[in-house]
Amino acid sequence: MKILVAVKRVVDFNVKVRVKADQSGVDLANVKMSMNPFDEIAIEEAVRLKEAGIATEVVVISAGPTQCQETLRTALAIGADRAILAETDAELQPLAVAKILKAVCEKEQPQLLIMGKQAIDDDSNQTGQMAAALLGWPQATFASKLTVANGEATVIREVDGGLETIALTLPAVVTTDLRLNEPRYATLPNIMKAKKKPLDVQPVAAMGIDVAPRLKTLKVTEPPKRSGGIKVADVAALVAKLKNEAKVI
Amino acid sequence: MRNDREAMEFDVVVVGAGPSGLSAAIRLKQQAQKNNRELSVCVLEKGSEVGAHILSGAVIETRVLDELIPDWKAKGAPLETMATKDKVLFLTEKSHIRMPTPPQMHNKGNYIVSLGRLCRWLGEQAEALGVEIYPGFAAAEVLYHEDGSVKGVATGDMGIAKDGEQTAQFQPGMELHAKQTIFAEGCRGSLTKTLFEKFDLRKDSEPQTYGIGIKELWEVPPAQHQQGLVIHTIGWPLSTDTYGGSFLYHLENNLVAIGFVVGLDYSNPWLSPYEEFQRYKTHPAIRPHLEGGRRISYGARSLAEGGFQSLPKLTFPGGVLIGDTAGFLNVPKIKGTHMAMQSGLVAADAIHQLLATEQSAGKEATQYPDSLKKTWMWNELYRVRNVRPSFRWGLWGGFAYSALDTALMGYAPWTLSHHEDHSQLKTKDQAHKIDYPKPDGKLTFDRLSSVYLSNTNHEENQRCHLQLKDAAVAIAINYTRYASPETRYCPAGVYEIVGEETGAPKLQINAQNCVHCKTCDIKDPTQNINWQVPEGGGGPNYPAM
Ligand SMILES: Cc1cc2nc3c(=O)[nH]c(=O)nc-3n(C[C@H](O)[C@H](O)[C@H](O)COP(=O)(O)OP(=O)(O)OC[C@H]3O[C@@H](n4cnc5c(N)ncnc54)[C@H](O)[C@@H]3O)c2cc1C
Ligand code: SF4
Repeated sequence: MKILVAVKRVVDFNVKVRVKADQSGVDLANVKMSMNPFDEIAIEEAVRLKEAGIATEVVVISAGPTQCQETLRTALAIGADRAILAETDAELQPLAVAKILKAVCEKEQPQLLIMGKQAIDDDSNQTGQMAAALLGWPQATFASKLTVANGEATVIREVDGGLETIALTLPAVVTTDLRLNEPRYATLPNIMKAKKKPLDVQPVAAMGIDVAPRLKTLKVTEPPKRSGGIKVADVAALVAKLKNEAKVI
Repeated sequence: MRNDREAMEFDVVVVGAGPSGLSAAIRLKQQAQKNNRELSVCVLEKGSEVGAHILSGAVIETRVLDELIPDWKAKGAPLETMATKDKVLFLTEKSHIRMPTPPQMHNKGNYIVSLGRLCRWLGEQAEALGVEIYPGFAAAEVLYHEDGSVKGVATGDMGIAKDGEQTAQFQPGMELHAKQTIFAEGCRGSLTKTLFEKFDLRKDSEPQTYGIGIKELWEVPPAQHQQGLVIHTIGWPLSTDTYGGSFLYHLENNLVAIGFVVGLDYSNPWLSPYEEFQRYKTHPAIRPHLEGGRRISYGARSLAEGGFQSLPKLTFPGGVLIGDTAGFLNVPKIKGTHMAMQSGLVAADAIHQLLATEQSAGKEATQYPDSLKKTWMWNELYRVRNVRPSFRWGLWGGFAYSALDTALMGYAPWTLSHHEDHSQLKTKDQAHKIDYPKPDGKLTFDRLSSVYLSNTNHEENQRCHLQLKDAAVAIAINYTRYASPETRYCPAGVYEIVGEETGAPKLQINAQNCVHCKTCDIKDPTQNINWQVPEGGGGPNYPAM
């Protein structure tokens, strides 16, 4: 069984992002980028399935600029066998990525497409669902446990009320939640070995896919600053403040 | 000896991807290409990416870059702003006096840069030549051959919990063996420190002295931005017995780099370099540069100020020291980048020659110091050697001496000595308390909101990388005698005294906040704090400092 894992290169979670002065977006100049943490969980899960003898090959794909190769190398160091970069400098929205994934799935014929439930930059939480719809495959989002046996996947999903267990026929799309696993470190020996694993670059322009954005960003602003707390003398003062200033009672 | 670690062989391993280490790596590959030789060069960098831990001013001289990569302009090096106007100001509390710019401080022809960005670019150049760079991996241990020569370094284990137990994520470190290992760790290298002892490299030198530099990057309204302007100040808010001053550089894109350096030989334990810096920004001559702008980054780093007389022996069997970890910095100029790069070049040439001989593993590249002594750099360092130590006579004494020294062109027949910074503190009762103003949240800030902008982080569940040799000393001596100076000199608020109200004060170490400036390792009065590399790529993530 082959597994395809999709990974996104995003602003590192340690970076405090800041809105550009012209409000056109977030300033990404000189900012550290790394793999979307949910996608790391996706890779880890695929590699575990391979180590358990269930999967035979783990292929990792990313869509975006040349620099995504670094992200793919990290995935290879965690244990993916080979990588594909769908290369483009164009802005990619979830629908465009889903279309690219569909095209790659049609060519690679994986039994499972795994990716993070959302990317920590735009938090869209759409790509997995859209890819499933375009492919006509069943989907299980927010997975916190995944088992594969006899051509079927069983997924425990994190839903509002608690946990939901569903069974899917393969091929299927699974998106990962935080509790699915704790990804291993990419160790230095593995990073060195990953340099020699195959990485295939395919220009998106040659794929015949319409990746033009469908959504337009009007304005990006920072959330309002929290004003500092105050100390009140007694309960009466508190009630007065809540009533007159906060207007919550 | 451990046998759970994988090992890899290289011709040369470089520890640290700063200007010195990257210049050495590039030069080695250039030499190998020129001579049609195979040469494997590997660089380890503790930052999560190249440049993530680099913090500098910086106005740089390009003479070494010109030699190393003559077509740097065509290759897109991030040198975009030429220094066009130099000002040196003496600040008093309310006013300032413009001073004649001393000869070393003329910056015509120099560039104002982000050294972090420059290092990122140098990293790309190095990789294009075939250098393997591994950011996110600190060298945690020096490895030795049986004969005592350096065999290489090992990266740290990952996945060791706070309590020292292995977690499920445990992965052993890796050994990198090399014929020659280049230590380019920058100021106060943690492995260099162990080499000093192992090979007694400091036996003929004066103690090293240091400064702490704290820096912010601002984006200011275009109307008040003056690209190319370079301002240095001395005087207020520091008292005249404390060495230090500020820099303020107008870069491209409405960016202003502003920073404050305090000599770590300061004596008042109540002094807070961080608060001095915040207060300095409110001066009427400085405020207008920043007002209405927004602060976008913050960080701190120590720098070596001992100069010529504090240089250690630079070589030992199997390895060399280059850059600021050796102490190459011109203090009156506050410039070290060109020297870091130059020492990297000269060391690379010496190592390249050595590797051409048989049996070069574990040998000593003695050609490196010999050649270095013949370059402009040695003379430059020699001639300014007395400027910094003369400030032990206070600001005015230092001025007077510097005037004399300039007249002698640096060739005085004597050399002034240094004291170790950590021995200079008075006790809390011998010194006066300092009342620092509260931050206004616009121009001045508290420490934690500053650290936030350094993007620093450390995986929480790991062994603390700041080790106390004797935990009791934190209270018995630091607290009782010096009122815990670490709570003030640490620019990241790592050290905190808790439980004072219950009468049982305790030192709490918030190691996740550390920005790797190394000040605690330098200034702790009994040298009880030992800074070691943390796991993986922990530490600041500076965008362009
Ligand atoms: C506030 C300030 C202002 C300055 N202003 C100027 C200026 O205007 N002009 C100028 O020319 N110079 C200036 N300098 C000096 C200049 O920054 C230094 O001389 C220069 O950076 C030294 O280069 P380096 O390569 O020796 O060390 P660094 O630049 O410190 O680089 C060392 C690198 O090694 C890494 N490292 C350290 N230990 C390890 C380890 N064990 N394992 C893996 N990696 C490790 C570090 O993360 C870092 O990336 C300034 C310095 C400071 C602090
Ligand atoms: S803990 Fe030490 S090295 Fe870290 S920021 Fe504070 S003073 Fe600097």
